[in-house]
Amino acid sequence: MTLELLRANLLSPIVLAFGLGIVATLIRSDLKFPDELYTALTIYLLLAIGLKGGAELAETPFAAFWAPALATLALGVAIPLWSYALLRRLGRFSIADSAALAAHYGSVSAVTFIASLSFLDALRAPYEGFMPTLVAVLEVPAIVVALLLARVRGGGGGSWREVLHEVLAGRSVLLLLGGLTIGFLSGTSGLAKVAPLFVDLFQGALLLFLLEMGMVTARRFRDLARVGPFLLGFGIVMPVLHGALGTWLGGLAGLSLGGSTVLGVLAASASYIAAPAAVRIALPEANPSYYLTAALAITFPFNLTLGIPLYYALARWTHGG
Amino acid sequence: MHTVALKEVTVIAEALLEDKLLRELRELGARGFTIADVRGEGSRRLRDDEWEGRRVRVETLVGAEVADRILQHLAEHYFPHYSMVAYVADVQVVRREKYV
Repeated sequence: MTLELLRANLLSPIVLAFGLGIVATLIRSDLKFPDELYTALTIYLLLAIGLKGGAELAETPFAAFWAPALATLALGVAIPLWSYALLRRLGRFSIADSAALAAHYGSVSAVTFIASLSFLDALRAPYEGFMPTLVAVLEVPAIVVALLLARVRGGGGGSWREVLHEVLAGRSVLLLLGGLTIGFLSGTSGLAKVAPLFVDLFQGALLLFLLEMGMVTARRFRDLARVGPFLLGFGIVMPVLHGALGTWLGGLAGLSLGGSTVLGVLAASASYIAAPAAVRIALPEANPSYYLTAALAITFPFNLTLGIPLYYALARWTHGG
Repeated sequence: MHTVALKEVTVIAEALLEDKLLRELRELGARGFTIADVRGEGSRRLRDDEWEGRRVRVETLVGAEVADRILQHLAEHYFPHYSMVAYVADVQVVRREKYV
């Protein structure tokens, strides 16, 4: 059954498109996405997820939201702490590099999140409508905790105001929360009006985006040799541990099977949109080769192909199914 | 036409520094800028430019003293950790009062 899940995921159009993007780069194809298209697709995907979540949120009792939100917050604080300790002690990374990596692994990848919803939709496994809110909840604290660590250990400069602005006013938080609010206030009937663009076309746009992601990922493959075996292991082992922890906490917090899977995915994923921008400003001495390669060329492909079905299988196990 | 000597300071920086940089240039005495999105590769060959890391080129016309202050500031706060190029050129302008 688990193999079945894996097969279904690997043969889904979006994962295959990701593979095509990797091939395109490896054979040096002239295929290239214009910057504007990439930006437009990110805006579309984040807003669409927010709108859909918001409309569903309008139908959900709000009381069910607090335990999962607290669990998410706890993950956002704890993950960077032990990631930092591990990178510093075992990986022997500098303070700045350890804190930068901790910020990325504590924060969340919106694209991995979106891919996991698409996986659950294909399985017809329902999940809670407020899941996009949890993305916003998880995105911010980890970055703040990691930068705080760097500062306490004497490794970081940069002003808090700038960093907080970068994270809170960044487009992923703005579009997700903005979409949620619009969806929530206008409700299911409101969503029906924009559904032809934001619901029906969603999978197609996601496919295009993952094609681009495949190319971006493959361009980073050259750096894999340079980051060393420790980071390679870290980029795969940590997501599995965090994914298991997330699905388990999700079950404890009363989330459904689908919701627990998503919380696992959120915990397991590493940010590469919000965190890099914030870290580049607050911790310029950290080497971008490490954190971008780990998040983008190791953890993202792992989660997209093997991680998501694995976290679903784990969630099913903790839900006693 | 009567022209006056001024300095043109050009800064090429990671795009994410744009807002911060413009704010600081203003504080240091620059009164206006021209900004362009650019691409390129330098000594660092930093590969962060492939992901969300476009470059901007900021040009500003200032007096010699301000030009000096700007370079000093950049050298102190940006050169050690960011990929950045900055240089000063002599230019001749009309309407000096527009710039200093």
